[in-house]
Amino acid sequence: MSAQTETEYTPIENTPAGRKLGGPVGWLDDRLGLAGAAKKNLRKVFPEHWSFMLGEIALWSFVVLLITGVFLTFWFQPSMSEVEYHGPYGPLNGLEMSQAYQSTLKISFEVRGGLLMRQMHHWAAALFVAAMMAHMLRVFFTGAYRKPREVNWLIGVGLLSMGMVEGFAGYSLPDDLLSGTGLRFVDGMIRSIPLVGSHLEFFIFGGEFPGNEIIPRLYMAHILLIPALLLGLIGAHMLLLVYHKHTQWPGPGRTNDNVVGYPMLPVYAAKAGGFFFVVFGVTALMGAFLQINPVWTIGPYNPSEVLAGSQPDWYMGFSEGLVRIMPAWEWTFFGLTWSFGIFVAGVGGLGLIFTSLALWPFIERWITGDQREHHLLERPRNAPTRTALGVAAMTFYACGWLGGGNDIIATKFHSDIFTITWVLRIGIIVFPIIAFIVTRRICIGLQRADAERVLHGYETGVIERSPEGGYAERHAPLPVTEQYVLTAHERKPELTGPAETDENGVRAPKAERSKLRARLRRFYYEHTLDKPTAHEVEHAAEHLGEFDGHPSEQGEDFQGVSESGIPRVH
Amino acid sequence: MRFSVRKLSTRRRHRFAGALVLLLGLVVAGGAYAVVAPQPATAEQATARDVEAGRQLFEIGCASCHGLNAEGIVTQSGGNYGPSLIGVGAAAVDFQVGTGRMPMAQTAPQAPRKKVAYNDEEIKQLAAFVASLAPGPAIPGNEYTDIDAATEDDVREGGEIFRTNCTACHNAVGAGGAMPNGKYAPDIRDVEPIHIAEAMITGPQQMPGFSDEAMTPEEKRNVIAYIKSTNSQPGAGLGGGSLGPVVDGVFAWVIGMGALVLAAVWIGAHGTRVKKR
Amino acid sequence: MSDLDIRQTQGSNEPIPDPGLQEHQYRPQDVDESQARRTERQISAMFLIAAVLFIAFAVVYFAVEPEETIFGWSAQNTGFGFTLGGAMLLIGVGIIQWAKKLMGDHEIVEMRHSAASSAEDRTEALAVINTGVEESGIGRRPMIVRSLGLALGALGVPAVVMLRDLGPLPYGHTETVWKKGMRVVVDVTGRPIKPSDMRVGDLINAEPSVFFETDEDGNRVFHGTELMQAKAKAAVIVVRMRPEAITPKKGRENWGVDGILAYSKICTHVGCPISLWEQQTHHLLCPCHQSTFDLADNGKVVFGPAARPLPQLPLAVDSEGYLIATSDFPEIVAPSYPRLAHDQKKLDEQA
Repeated sequence: MSAQTETEYTPIENTPAGRKLGGPVGWLDDRLGLAGAAKKNLRKVFPEHWSFMLGEIALWSFVVLLITGVFLTFWFQPSMSEVEYHGPYGPLNGLEMSQAYQSTLKISFEVRGGLLMRQMHHWAAALFVAAMMAHMLRVFFTGAYRKPREVNWLIGVGLLSMGMVEGFAGYSLPDDLLSGTGLRFVDGMIRSIPLVGSHLEFFIFGGEFPGNEIIPRLYMAHILLIPALLLGLIGAHMLLLVYHKHTQWPGPGRTNDNVVGYPMLPVYAAKAGGFFFVVFGVTALMGAFLQINPVWTIGPYNPSEVLAGSQPDWYMGFSEGLVRIMPAWEWTFFGLTWSFGIFVAGVGGLGLIFTSLALWPFIERWITGDQREHHLLERPRNAPTRTALGVAAMTFYACGWLGGGNDIIATKFHSDIFTITWVLRIGIIVFPIIAFIVTRRICIGLQRADAERVLHGYETGVIERSPEGGYAERHAPLPVTEQYVLTAHERKPELTGPAETDENGVRAPKAERSKLRARLRRFYYEHTLDKPTAHEVEHAAEHLGEFDGHPSEQGEDFQGVSESGIPRVH
Repeated sequence: MRFSVRKLSTRRRHRFAGALVLLLGLVVAGGAYAVVAPQPATAEQATARDVEAGRQLFEIGCASCHGLNAEGIVTQSGGNYGPSLIGVGAAAVDFQVGTGRMPMAQTAPQAPRKKVAYNDEEIKQLAAFVASLAPGPAIPGNEYTDIDAATEDDVREGGEIFRTNCTACHNAVGAGGAMPNGKYAPDIRDVEPIHIAEAMITGPQQMPGFSDEAMTPEEKRNVIAYIKSTNSQPGAGLGGGSLGPVVDGVFAWVIGMGALVLAAVWIGAHGTRVKKR
Repeated sequence: MSDLDIRQTQGSNEPIPDPGLQEHQYRPQDVDESQARRTERQISAMFLIAAVLFIAFAVVYFAVEPEETIFGWSAQNTGFGFTLGGAMLLIGVGIIQWAKKLMGDHEIVEMRHSAASSAEDRTEALAVINTGVEESGIGRRPMIVRSLGLALGALGVPAVVMLRDLGPLPYGHTETVWKKGMRVVVDVTGRPIKPSDMRVGDLINAEPSVFFETDEDGNRVFHGTELMQAKAKAAVIVVRMRPEAITPKKGRENWGVDGILAYSKICTHVGCPISLWEQQTHHLLCPCHQSTFDLADNGKVVFGPAARPLPQLPLAVDSEGYLIATSDFPEIVAPSYPRLAHDQKKLDEQA
């Protein structure tokens, strides 16, 4: 099959290198019994698609974070004790600052490669969270979280939330004016928690803000606690992926009971391993050419100083935005102050997002009643309600995000902050609703286009004129593989609900709940276009060969059409 | 014949000769002095000319909003087309006209910096005219703008003052910031030191003023030195406009994820295929 | 299964049957040895350039000075990143090219197994568990179980109690360092302020004079953590307006001096320092979440998420003519917290 048949393949144990390795490998196997695991896993099959690699971007970014992070720990000093700076960066010479900030300046200016490591670390963190979010969206929109992968989905939600906390802790460590202001915000946010807010605040900060405990404590969380949790969760995530095997797109030869793709050894070991180098390389090039977090221009933290354009890192932008656009809802009752404006926006916003994410697979399962194992992915257009809900949620998130940058938007686009805030206050409710409606209609439109292509074939670009004088475009049938892909999804289910009363007129137990469930199920499924039936396809195939009564010929070398509709010619 | 010089010179000397010599001596001395004397004497005379020229320029270019005598033109609703300039001083004029903000091309929440409409001579004249109306801040001298004389300690102190008073509106490096109702704190990174000093002294439009008692000329100089120093330090790559984490987020998604997703698409893509051999 | 169960329709109603795995298509490298060798050379070239770039990294490390710049950027940083990143990227691209073009690419089919354990496994597992549980005697010894439950529950007590010393209790922090007669001084320089130092429209970021006091040894009385903690509540801004523009609340008529007012610099939302002052509108904007306060109107909130007005510091002039505070802030400075209403009431009663 390959050009290598000219040279015969020698089993590895008979090659010179193999003979040398035989001893040590045998020694290990005598003690660890590796052969069983090896035989089972080394040729494990993984399906091929670019969207399956988004999680890998996150994984390799995490490895880059570990490597660059260890380097930084050699010099970073997590202490808030005051020192006077004396170093190569002139404008800050003689300034009082914390040791944390001073050691960050040292890494940036006195440790060769330190600035690169700092910038790589920060870019990798941004990519880590971005990749997790993109991966999560892919899993959501393709329905890959369904049974048996709900646990893996929960692990993923845990990874995303931990990753964001880790990033926040990380960029707060240098104790610069920008991140210190962010800590001040978090301090105010913790305070706003009803009943226990100021107790929590004093326990976390070790006293009044800023105290001198928060940086060392964040450091502990950042290099020990959360990385340990992340590593554990990543391990579990990968283990489940191996156990369940990866999901795959429906296609020729691909069923719910198999996996079609390439083996781990050699193909995926090479592709995934190579991708690690690509992620590292891209991150390093970003560290070389794109500046991020130049703490020396920002200055050390001082509670009487603040910068215009104070924002957290992008993944906290949602929380920041909600807090900005939230009206000033604070009330006093029972002799206590309840700062709902801050609490609901700051804590509640992210809490709502993560709780909804975590619960979604279970909610969907309750609504649809679908108890089967799913290993085939759904194209987003074939689950219009789910896709529309996802886009609505993304719109909600985006409104928060935009709110977080409202002053930058105002500066760059010469608009008014107050107007932007009001637009977002109303928009954060209204825009997701509009997005839901529009997305669902777009999905149905796409489904209709798919059905058209299955039944009536693709447009060949050949125009014919009928004897009566009319012009029409000739259609040719799609290749059967393409037709199969477009119809491999499930049929729209029956939408009748359970009977409210049985034959003796006895009302069914929990009737209200099952009525709600039935209504939700109808809402979920009714606005979807069912795929063509076998009869419709046969009928259409008959007509496809005709054109106004004349048969259309494709010729002998017609070889079908590619995905974009261009005829294949070899 | 014996000559007597005395007799000759006595008869030749006019009775007013002494006075004439004195007058000549005075004229020569005075003229020489005038030539080599320090500027103020000539400047005093030039300022009077400048004031008149400035008044003429003012009538043409500024009086339509600021009134013929710079008293301001008040609207019925209590606002103004242009505020009174009496007492704003030469510094304010040099700033507003020297940065192109004035004359304002159209009404707006804030006068933007734009192409300067007058040359240096004309600006000097306008400033002289407005300064003549009432005492106000003069155009700052070297003690405000001589940033080369600032020591490292001065620059550091300037940074502390900058972060305490200025970064809240103008951001960490002076790139600017948003204010309510379409106003903004402008980008000050490539502004001349003299204009920065004038802005601090006069508090243009919504910007507060910082008096010389609260922030001495030397401290103002240190702030300017810090701004210039921090913006001349080498960066660590493209700065994204120094606008902070928002732009970093855009870069992370567009450039970082963009590149990596493209790489993923490439990895998963089928390459060229050939017919079976 | 409930009535709502859906079953995948099979057989006759499926429009297009599965055409099965398609015939394998070959790559040029599979059929043409010279193409394969060309690809091999391409890949090897990438690896070689990567090796050279790694060496170049070391050259940059030892040969480029820290002050050198390129394109206005740090030459060291750019050099390191370019060589390291370029090399890693080339290695990655090379390996992936190898996988895509030269490694075997026949599609393989692997059968899945149900995620659930088999029925026999479950029965056996249950039997094993039952044997173990029965032998332990848990079912027959409820007293042991309950008392063990109590003991393990009580284990939580030291775990929680040990966290008590994470921090002090949050009571008694309602005051700042401001006292009657303390001078208001310019921040950073420590200079005291006379009313004549301010013109209408001026702004001074100020601190209490105690931050600049030194003891006998010349060391600052407030420094380090205490200074930061005190600053986070005591920082003020001093502004001068035309007296006609000010509308003081009852009792605050003499809190200003000739139109000079002092307010807390700490936003009542979540505590960012504010100093975006618009001298003509008298609005003070916080850059963090855009809360806007009207300083001519007792620090009232005019926009944004802040819920409480900005606390005002009552001013007077001392015997030498410098601005002083006549008392601490009558309102609690700082972001809101649960006991705020209660503490403020106590503070009001004391006054």
